[in-house]
Amino acid sequence: MSKILLRELAHARSGDKGNTVNIGLFPYRAEHYELLKEQVTAERVKEHFAGLVEGEVARYEVPNINAFNFVLRGALNGGASRSLRSDNLGKCFGAAILRMQVEFEGN
Amino acid sequence: MKKIRIGAGQGFWGDSPFPALDVAARGDVGYIACDALAELTLAILQKSRQKDPALGYVQDGFFSVLLPVCKEKGIKILTNAGGINPPGAGRMVCELARGMGLGGLKIAVITGDDILPRVKELKDKGVSFDDMESGGNIAAVEGRILFANAYLGARGMVQALEMGADVVIAGRTADPAQFLAPMIYEFGWSWDHWDRLASGIFLGHLMECSAQSTGGNFSGDWWNIPMMERMGYPVAEVYENGEAILTKPEGTGGRVDLETVKEQMLYEVHDPAAYITPDVVVDFTTPRLEAAGPDRVRITGVRGRPRPERLKVSMGYHDGWMGEATVRYPWPDALAKARRAEEIIRKQMAMVGFQPKEMLVEYIGYNSLSGPLAWGDGADLNEVGLRLAVRTETKLDASRLPRFVPPIALNGPPGATGGGGMPRPRELIGLWSALVPREEVEKQVRVELMEV
Repeated sequence: MSKILLRELAHARSGDKGNTVNIGLFPYRAEHYELLKEQVTAERVKEHFAGLVEGEVARYEVPNINAFNFVLRGALNGGASRSLRSDNLGKCFGAAILRMQVEFEGN
Repeated sequence: MKKIRIGAGQGFWGDSPFPALDVAARGDVGYIACDALAELTLAILQKSRQKDPALGYVQDGFFSVLLPVCKEKGIKILTNAGGINPPGAGRMVCELARGMGLGGLKIAVITGDDILPRVKELKDKGVSFDDMESGGNIAAVEGRILFANAYLGARGMVQALEMGADVVIAGRTADPAQFLAPMIYEFGWSWDHWDRLASGIFLGHLMECSAQSTGGNFSGDWWNIPMMERMGYPVAEVYENGEAILTKPEGTGGRVDLETVKEQMLYEVHDPAAYITPDVVVDFTTPRLEAAGPDRVRITGVRGRPRPERLKVSMGYHDGWMGEATVRYPWPDALAKARRAEEIIRKQMAMVGFQPKEMLVEYIGYNSLSGPLAWGDGADLNEVGLRLAVRTETKLDASRLPRFVPPIALNGPPGATGGGGMPRPRELIGLWSALVPREEVEKQVRVELMEV
């Protein structure tokens, strides 16, 4: 068992609505769906984004496409047209989730 | 089985018009739908309407590029580029068509999404206008509201097509509804055939952000996406039963496969089992996506549920001004230099009593896109930019921030450069969303034809 970056297993895209960011997370291989389901929980994602996200994080499963959707509230310093951030649209949250480490066995 | 082809022309205001030209010229489509309005866009258009009441619509090159070829091929254009002034946009298109010598065009303008003048009346009728995100009471932003637009569904656009419109211009319309409208018009789907409507909305959702479903902004093996200099925008071949093939015009760049389409499928989605639009609630956990040949994905099985009784209103309110300043430092110790410059500026701000309501500091090249998630101590970076941003009550105060930067070049750490001048303050607009009864909005929707 070793720790690897989520980047090795999945791709992700983020988008904004008001002060909320969502991240779609897509394992490259269907057999990694369960591993992600177990390890990339709403709690861990909330922890991962500490300092960027003020509100709650919810995770939704989208099994028909082997994907997960994360909804992060209070994530954009007030929302795109109100935020002082360089990434006022939350475009980089998808990349940011891929920095998470997961326990992984095999190849 | 009857089928039609619909293409996407635009994903946002600022998108290139040339891929739309490819869709029109070789996409074999009957319709092109363009989404010009992000949430942010209404805020921008509001500012332009404040400067000139005749404006407030999206002004870009789309119509000058698209009108001639669409007229020639009989392709109908649907767009929300009317922003907060659809009649203004309609007049602009008429003038443009006349200038190009294009006659015999019918341009429909849909109004009624603007409910700003009726906020008080609706409140008196018992609409709370509580913010859907924060639960906050509207009283907190009263007197600062700049725009309030309800998301309209496909009905006005279908009516416009029935009136024979060649160009349909709306304001705030649910983005995917623009793609649904031609399907309802062509197939005669009933307004309570939820699975059909859901299929149309689902396809619209896949297409509304242009290249985002054909390999643009794709986070997988993006380096393998071909010809990104000429991305093909999505084209859907839709069947009467709601099933469809998503593809793109021949000879264009990009890639349509399960991975690229899936990324767009969840873009800006919250609960996937309940994607709420004015016309139908779509269950995104139901569609089946299958590879159907090169750059072709088959979509079947989309299920929907009855539409909501209330419509979402997108509102914006004034929330102060942003002042911004940047200065860059070279190796060695680039990050340490930037940090020291920040410290100096903070002290000088205090010395002159400049106290913004909020201040954000980012180090470009180190953490400006990753914030607290940034790795490493940044000790050996080639260069670092210090970016300061403040939120102030007044525009004048916001303009004070960049003035602290030029003196730093001579007074501070060595090598300061690339300050980027004195950026002008930007008005900050907070977003507020609320629900209003559908009938209150729908009773004021009008579809009018202009003819050239």
